[in-house]
Amino acid sequence: MSLKTYREAINEALLQEMQKDKNVVVIGEDVAGGAGTNGEQDAWGGVLGVTKGLLKHFGRERIIDTPITETAIMGMASGAALTGLRPVAELMFVDFMGVCFDQILNQTAKFRYMFGGKAVTPLTIRTMYGGGLRAASQHSQCLYPMFTHVPGIKVVLPSNPYDAKGLLIQSIRDNDPVIFMEHKNLYDTSGDVPDESYTIPFGEANFTREGKDITFIAMGQTVEICNKVADTLKKEGKTSTVLDLRTLSPLDEDSILEAAEETGKVVIVDESYPRCNIATDISALICQNSFDSLKAGIKMVTPPHTPVPFSPPLEDLYLPSEEKVINTAREIL
Amino acid sequence: MQLNREELLKAYQGMCMIREFDDAVHYEFAADAMPGFVHLYVGEEASAMGICMNLNQKDTIASTHRGHGHCIAKGCDVTDMMKELYGKKDGICGGKGGSMHIADLSKGMLGANGIVGGGPPIVLGAALTYKTKKTNNVSVGFFGDGASNQGSISESMNMASVLKLPAIFVCEDNGYAESTAREYAVGGKILDRGKAFGLDSHEVDGDNFFEVYETAKHVIENARNGKGPALLHIKTSKVYGHFEGDAISYRTKEENERIKNDEDPLKIFKMKVTEAGLLELDQLEKIENEAKAKIKNAIDESKKAEFPTSKDLLTDVYIKY
Repeated sequence: MSLKTYREAINEALLQEMQKDKNVVVIGEDVAGGAGTNGEQDAWGGVLGVTKGLLKHFGRERIIDTPITETAIMGMASGAALTGLRPVAELMFVDFMGVCFDQILNQTAKFRYMFGGKAVTPLTIRTMYGGGLRAASQHSQCLYPMFTHVPGIKVVLPSNPYDAKGLLIQSIRDNDPVIFMEHKNLYDTSGDVPDESYTIPFGEANFTREGKDITFIAMGQTVEICNKVADTLKKEGKTSTVLDLRTLSPLDEDSILEAAEETGKVVIVDESYPRCNIATDISALICQNSFDSLKAGIKMVTPPHTPVPFSPPLEDLYLPSEEKVINTAREIL
Repeated sequence: MQLNREELLKAYQGMCMIREFDDAVHYEFAADAMPGFVHLYVGEEASAMGICMNLNQKDTIASTHRGHGHCIAKGCDVTDMMKELYGKKDGICGGKGGSMHIADLSKGMLGANGIVGGGPPIVLGAALTYKTKKTNNVSVGFFGDGASNQGSISESMNMASVLKLPAIFVCEDNGYAESTAREYAVGGKILDRGKAFGLDSHEVDGDNFFEVYETAKHVIENARNGKGPALLHIKTSKVYGHFEGDAISYRTKEENERIKNDEDPLKIFKMKVTEAGLLELDQLEKIENEAKAKIKNAIDESKKAEFPTSKDLLTDVYIKY
């Protein structure tokens, strides 16, 4: 066990799985960097350095730099998974799914069912999502509800370094296609991470706080926001339950209902656009199954239904924050 | 001619089976006996057989919406395929795929595809697997003249060239993308697109089995030997329309007659092998009759077969109900 950043935890998961299984290959744009140049090889190790250092262990045959060609990357990774490799493909920013979604939506997600259960597609797609870096409308979106909407792909949102390592190893070993979503604001956060390899099962949400007065349901970066709000409320004599969903598909419906019923007051914090997002979906789930245990209307903290703005004050207004979450909680406490 | 008698018989058997299969589907569909959308391959048989006779069972192909011919040429069972078209439980995909999604991974058939230009990116992956595992297999991606305008095709040819993958791109150009002519929709030449990405590119007469076979043999052997990807631009034509139910009003009567009478790859094959004294007419007719009987039996069995039930709806996905 040692202190590692979210970035290091992901890198270590890749390193250990690639050492264990020679069928694991990394495919993406600048995942090593410097291909075809006279300068530094492994110049980038991914645009934010997550795959840095893997090249010296595995060479360019397994750390495969591609042209900027997302459709071909996703298709190649899907076909490789279908024929015996266990690829980890990188879609640099999740926003770029716009140029390659067919290969995810209509191809890899469908193989197993459409081919009558005969296809195995052990594909992991790593991608960055989320706001806060002033990266504007085309490099800041969440978009995980769009993947969650599609049957046949699993959607994983680690909220901390420990989960990032365990969930990534699980993703690589899983025999279905997985979208593994890394919040770019979390890369430099750190926490205790075991040095050895371990997995965290999919579909098991994590209670990061347990309390009696209010329940926060969160995913990815919003988990830490809710943890901090819970700690503030505790000083005021109110205890909170915080549920980290960890995976959106499969979804741990039992824990969601348990968490809602524990307190009867629910705030769902979701960084994605508010229409048809995870918060609305979970809200419906709770209303359908636990309506009688609710003591107040379900609250949601989400951005407004606008593209992500660039200007720092605008983006700050846009994103869910501790202040917005605590104010919303107080409306029903 | 490099093919021995046994191979020649196999080629004709395959082309006849494809012809009989899709002709039968044409009549069944018109009689309202078959659900869904079907796209028929009649007239293009020499392409599928000429290519696939150069492949072994571990080589893979990815097909198109017009995929029955590729499936048969790659060894998929015609009765299982027919059951799939009828949506039956014992169909090749359990009735969950249908005509546009026939796949049999054990035969190296990675799927027909309902998306125009959907298959070639997947072929890159199979080819990457062979390169990484150092097998000498190849993967072949079929697409049409319509798909040649999709970005996925350009991206796939470039990626295959950059990574030097054992991938063969086969453009089956039947002159029409749905109802739109190639002359209208394709800027420049399809062959030049392959050349532009550095692919070994060849134009092939798709009515002539032997030309397809020989050209495919050359590029597939090269790919197996690490010499990288290739493009075959196969000029062909289809007897039926884009989909069943298409009145084909965009083609003239003369063109339809020409396709049927002068551009039929089975007729041309038959003429060539009998004139050269390689096969006898009665032998070829026997093959035709065998194919007819086999397909008739496949249809009879498919009609009798059971549909899937509610239990089958929720299997083959990871969500538990």
